[in-house]
Amino acid sequence: MEKKRYNISVFTENTIGILNRLTIIFTRRHINIDSITASETELKDVYRYTIVLHETELQVRKVVAQLEKQVDVLKAFYHCDTEIVYQELALMKVRLDEDRMTELEQIIRRHNARLLAVSPEYAVFELTGHEESINLIVDDLETFDLLEFARSGRVAVTKPMKTLEAFINELA
Amino acid sequence: METQRITGAEAVMKCLRFENISTIFGYPGGAIMPIYDALYDYRETIRHILVRHEQGAVHAAQGFARAGGHTGVVLATSGPGATNLITGLADALIDSTPIVCITGQVASHLLGTDAFQETDVIGISMPVTKWNIQVTRAEDIAPALAKAFYIASSGRPGPVLVDITKDAQFGLTDFHYQPCTEIRSYRPVPIPDRDLLSEAAGLINSAQKPYLLIGQGILLSHAEEQLLRFAEKTGIPVASTLLGLGAFPADHPLYVGYLGMHGNYAPNLLTNECDVLIAIGMRFDDRVTGDVARYARQAKVIHIDIDASELNKIIPAAVAVHADAGHALEILFDLVGENQHGRWLQQFRDLEAVERKEIIEPAVFPDNEKLNMARVVHELSTWNKRSNDLIVVTDVGQHQMITSRYFSYRQARTNITSGGLGTMGFALPAAIGAGLARPDKTVVAIIGDGGFQMTIQELGTILQHGLSVKIIVLNNHFLGMVRQWQQLFFDRRYSFTEIVNPDFVTIVSGYRIPAQQVETGEAFSPALECLLRTKGSAFLECVVEREENVFPMVETGASVAEIRLN
Repeated sequence: MEKKRYNISVFTENTIGILNRLTIIFTRRHINIDSITASETELKDVYRYTIVLHETELQVRKVVAQLEKQVDVLKAFYHCDTEIVYQELALMKVRLDEDRMTELEQIIRRHNARLLAVSPEYAVFELTGHEESINLIVDDLETFDLLEFARSGRVAVTKPMKTLEAFINELA
Repeated sequence: METQRITGAEAVMKCLRFENISTIFGYPGGAIMPIYDALYDYRETIRHILVRHEQGAVHAAQGFARAGGHTGVVLATSGPGATNLITGLADALIDSTPIVCITGQVASHLLGTDAFQETDVIGISMPVTKWNIQVTRAEDIAPALAKAFYIASSGRPGPVLVDITKDAQFGLTDFHYQPCTEIRSYRPVPIPDRDLLSEAAGLINSAQKPYLLIGQGILLSHAEEQLLRFAEKTGIPVASTLLGLGAFPADHPLYVGYLGMHGNYAPNLLTNECDVLIAIGMRFDDRVTGDVARYARQAKVIHIDIDASELNKIIPAAVAVHADAGHALEILFDLVGENQHGRWLQQFRDLEAVERKEIIEPAVFPDNEKLNMARVVHELSTWNKRSNDLIVVTDVGQHQMITSRYFSYRQARTNITSGGLGTMGFALPAAIGAGLARPDKTVVAIIGDGGFQMTIQELGTILQHGLSVKIIVLNNHFLGMVRQWQQLFFDRRYSFTEIVNPDFVTIVSGYRIPAQQVETGEAFSPALECLLRTKGSAFLECVVEREENVFPMVETGASVAEIRLN
């Protein structure tokens, strides 16, 4: 079976240690997590974890079953990239070089990046987009002095219309 | 509803009483002293069994839970007390045993400071518990324990751990106990899908060679009666996994034997000839399936389990039903037709005759000179045919496989062994727990010479509490199962499997347990009778043949159809 990129969404109660309970399921099966993000959802005290990984669908299905088995997990799903709307965010701190200001401006415009802060020595830009778009701006900035670079994991919402609340009501 | 201000430690005791807990296993230490102090006032209503090592406490609680069908409770202190629980927790998790462990923890302001006997027991125990929680406030103790008891015993049972900081034990709280009956994120009892069960019934009704594999799920669901009715109505042959032994009477005409690597010949071989395989409350462990790519490929598989993650995990099912075994069997009973499968059953009987002639008869043949493992177990089983009062607890290794093969389990919860984890050292403490759960039964622990020495200190627990366990050590002076593998697969290179043993009779006598050693077949029978007739605990060391092998055997990587007789 072919390995593909999958997005696992896990909805949990807000308890200490739940993140650890989720990640050991991957560790035990020698599965690398490409990215993971967590945040509170539209429902108070329900947390959402978006986990991106590269695996076979069979393995992903088994992992999702193990995730859902955890007492504090409300629901877990998996989707491929076409079934979700997703974004990442990157912050780039670049040293300013007076001789290359125009070149830098062109890169910023081309990628639709946003200027967040500026000082005499550096500027901080933000770009949100798919992983590939962020990789492109990083490539373009290669000859610049990139002082700091940080990117988030993927955040995602699913295309199917069923609400989380509906799933939780089904549980009750 | 009563409300009174008490310490967190006393709240623990009150919770135990509300959960009808009257026997607990434990070992005191610094961080759990307030709870032990509270226990002192409850010593008339809660019997505390002081073990000799915390691992023994969990195994004893497992034996207690498996023999009695109730949740086992363990108390331990922080740090090493808690880390010593880990093997037992792992064993209880993989063998679905309801256990509540309560550990003391350093005071909450010391968490994360490397304080004396501080360890991250929540982190360490997470992979080996069904659920765990750390409590830092006295008022949170009752709700945490209520959840713990609910989670441990519901759905697919398992071990849970509640870690209570010392300040929470000392703290004062209003107490009122509300048993937990529901958790939003946790649905332990699935509602069986009737359409799927109809589909399953359709397959069963049209099957020519249906075959029923049962596991511990039958026992955990208390579904022995439903299973018996279902099997008798449909006339389907029944085989059992290691942990399912006893769920279906071994002397029933439809019972065809024990599955797995060292199981019986027919039930393994004919797995690859049935047309519909009905697996209930079992999880297709690799010791049962052999090579999964060549496992029952010809059959339509119906898999019924209470744990959804087990469905389609190892063997893809044509019909996968997420259900409690008893519920599913009750519904199925009304959907299946009366049937008989005489010719198919005869295939099992024919192969059984081969196994009987080739393996069983030579193994149990009474030899006055030599003594072997099968003979020991066979005579014990013969005794039980008359007395019908034995619970047999086994450790891990050759003696365990021999016992599973040669003991005829006819009653539920009379077989207690470490299955999934294969924990040497399990049997002696588990037998202690089993005896406490079922004082009406005679508990026999069958242990190898290796495993016996892993938890031998629990003889002290037997001594201190005047407990009754009949201990049979099968001594072949080897770590026998590993030696067998070395003989078969590693060119007889016996790398560190020969074991120099102490004088067991002297050691056991030191714990004031009557002890005997036999070396011949002739001496064995009267010694066994003496062991079983002794009041209280007794010990019998059987010096058996050094290089006896367990057959049949499905080698690693082989198909169940390639089971070898020698």
